[in-house]
Amino acid sequence: MSGFGRAACIALQGLTGIGVQIEVHAASGLPAVFIVGLPDQAVRQAQHRTWSAIARMGVTAPSGRVVINLTPASLPKAGTHFDLAMAIAVLRAAGVVPADDGETALVGELGLDGRLRPVAGTLPLARAAAEAGFARIVVPSGSVGEASLVAGLRVLGAPSLAHAAALLGAELDPEPVDPVPAPPPAPRTHADLDLADVVGNRDAVEALEIAAAGAHHLLMVGPPGAGKTMLAMRLPGILPALDADAALEVASLRSLAGEPPPSTLDVLPPFEHPHHSATAVSLIGGGSGTIRPGAAARATHGVLFLDEAPEFPRAVLDMLRQPLESGTITIHRAVGVATFPARFQLLLAANPCPCGLFGSGECTCAPQARRRYFGRLSGPLLDRVDLQVRVDRVAPGAVGERRTTAEASARVAAARARAAHRLAGTGWAAMGHVPGPWLRRHLPLEAALLEPLERAVERGALTMRGMDRAIRVAWTAADLDGIAAPTRTHIGRALALRKGIPA
Amino acid sequence: MRAKDQLGLDGEAVASVHLERAGMRIVERRWRCAYGELDIVALDGETLVFVEVKTRRGLAYGHPFEAITPAKVRRLRTLAGLWLQERPHRGPIRMDAVGIVAARSGEWRVEHLRGIR
Repeated sequence: MSGFGRAACIALQGLTGIGVQIEVHAASGLPAVFIVGLPDQAVRQAQHRTWSAIARMGVTAPSGRVVINLTPASLPKAGTHFDLAMAIAVLRAAGVVPADDGETALVGELGLDGRLRPVAGTLPLARAAAEAGFARIVVPSGSVGEASLVAGLRVLGAPSLAHAAALLGAELDPEPVDPVPAPPPAPRTHADLDLADVVGNRDAVEALEIAAAGAHHLLMVGPPGAGKTMLAMRLPGILPALDADAALEVASLRSLAGEPPPSTLDVLPPFEHPHHSATAVSLIGGGSGTIRPGAAARATHGVLFLDEAPEFPRAVLDMLRQPLESGTITIHRAVGVATFPARFQLLLAANPCPCGLFGSGECTCAPQARRRYFGRLSGPLLDRVDLQVRVDRVAPGAVGERRTTAEASARVAAARARAAHRLAGTGWAAMGHVPGPWLRRHLPLEAALLEPLERAVERGALTMRGMDRAIRVAWTAADLDGIAAPTRTHIGRALALRKGIPA
Repeated sequence: MRAKDQLGLDGEAVASVHLERAGMRIVERRWRCAYGELDIVALDGETLVFVEVKTRRGLAYGHPFEAITPAKVRRLRTLAGLWLQERPHRGPIRMDAVGIVAARSGEWRVEHLRGIR
């Protein structure tokens, strides 16, 4: 007796998928199963899940010497989603399931009872399957919603291995089983928050609007309780809604991180707020076996909020320089190289000093301690932050005009449309992405307008690079006001929005 | 003699008959040395065959072949080398396994695997 079977699956490296052919050769010989083609521990253990699941179907698994090869054999394979394809290939070698049609990818983890369990990363797996030219994908029943988010791919759900085998043409009459449900989507902490909840702090709200309109990175400095976090959490609500591609990318990254996305695409930009005890790996991504995206990658097309930013270890903060520069994160590990998108908007919050009270007269910090506190932020990272605002505690009973999220997002959308029109054909979508030299060459401003900035440079209050930044912010401020080019007022506002850091 | 040892002896006898019917000539049975025991040594034409016999009463604890682990195959190879020191042989060498299931009904089911690794 000798049998041969084949099935197709996908291996993920970051968000990129590679088609994997699984070959099974069942020959006579002493009972043994060999899994070759660089399997990790999880793939090697699939043998036990597979044989138990096949036994539960009432089918006799090949009893001799079985070799399972995962090709390309030089690519490391990690994860439990290969289970289904391995089991089907074994069943094909045993003659239970008809041969592979070459158009169907199989994804899913097996339980010992033969039921199929949803796996992390189903969405990017399905996307990769569509890109690799597969017409159909078989997934666990619980993952059908997630996989169906991908256009141009027929998604078939199977609650168990027997059902999957029957779908693929095996003459079986599987008994109905309760499908294993996908874990519930993570609750959104920043949905349904309205900007109108913010009392006072007009300057900060305005800065937030400018940040949203121009995709500028923003630093907020203020004492504890001033409302920095409250403001930060309302930024995604006023950002433009994600387009279909961006939403799919965001959902894929979330799926890869083990958070199954909801069955309809979420168009609210993501909001990631890692704690300041975060390690470099949790922020950037990594891990042995499968390389998982970190907070910075999950914040793609959205907001990365670092509260108490000076408390982050400097080495961790400096990790953000690559993504801020290139919009991507590349992680090298022994198992391979993964590249994740990481085009996020950086939002930093900081106290004015270690005790948090500097500026209100009761600060007990030595000047040196204060300098050291901000010293961690300074340098290349802060260099990329266009907006720096002071957020102060609001006096009791403070009222005044409040802007709702609906109003602000309409203004932001209009400003973005103006900027997009101006930048058409350049590849940049918002003023915050435009480099200074290009701005000076293609959108020069009158010398008279630049005078306050030049004076600030002479005083030493502004660097030349800071001047570029101020000009960018001035353009965005003009966009928000619906004016063709910045005026003196906008330049003045831009200058004011660069003076957040004390001392 | 304990029942399981008797079962093993009976199994080896059944295996010898089976091999002879398949055209092989038994050279030696139950060869012992300090390192262990060879169940059957036989000639299949030119080829000298070392045979490991495993007998089980039913399949409740798995197929007899499942008990022939890689470690046992390694030991079989070592023993074959020792046997060859005493009885040099010119020609090819092979290792076989014979699995026997003795059902309660008295029926013996014999399976013969040629060329195990």
